[in-house]
Amino acid sequence: MCHQTVGLVAGELERRGIATSSVSVLREITEKVRTPRALFGDFPLGAPLGRPHDAELQTRILRAAFALLSHPGPPPVLVDFALGLPQPGSRGTY
Amino acid sequence: MATYRYRALEPVPFGFPTRPLPGARVALVTTGAVYAPGQPPFDDSARGGDVSFREIPSDVDVSTLGIAHKSDAFDQSGFLADRNLGFPLDRLREMAARGEIGELNRRHLSFMGSITAPGRLLAQTAPAAADLLAADRVDVALLVPL
Repeated sequence: MCHQTVGLVAGELERRGIATSSVSVLREITEKVRTPRALFGDFPLGAPLGRPHDAELQTRILRAAFALLSHPGPPPVLVDFALGLPQPGSRGTY
Repeated sequence: MATYRYRALEPVPFGFPTRPLPGARVALVTTGAVYAPGQPPFDDSARGGDVSFREIPSDVDVSTLGIAHKSDAFDQSGFLADRNLGFPLDRLREMAARGEIGELNRRHLSFMGSITAPGRLLAQTAPAAADLLAADRVDVALLVPL
């Protein structure tokens, strides 16, 4: 339900010209709601920023979510967060 | 929940930031049901879910935020130990200090995520919340589900 709420609020923001990016840990629901832009992370429900007290990981997730703002679309944009180090020249993940 | 019909955005509204991220004003939106000291908590017993939201001042001490979420669907211990797990305001402050984002908006928004009947959310509180951030001239919103 939390992912539905995020998607619906994101829609209202986008309609007012505010660009949105969301994080998600439930890919299937984010797909169903068609959240405009979302970064899927393979983390437990309740841990959308990865791990408590892991500022480095939390920051990497935020950077990846913000990077979606330059994704050309078309929407909905749903991209996987790559937990490992980014591969040079890799595409499709951030 | 197998039979639950999720609301879907159709068409999907989609735009690009009006300013590049290092110059953008950013607001955080969580569904972690956090509330600032002095604010009323969310009503966990509301039928269909509590569709209200709280305005969280940007200068809040994140560790003082209350959490009203009582979902049995997930382990809350991480969020209770570190509010940044669902409301990463400290991380955004660090990014603003490094110039990765322009500035933080003066307020951020908190919803309670467990809304099974989103009719009033769609008709009233989500538009009202979006109006506030539009009036603040927010360029970018980051949304976090809990």
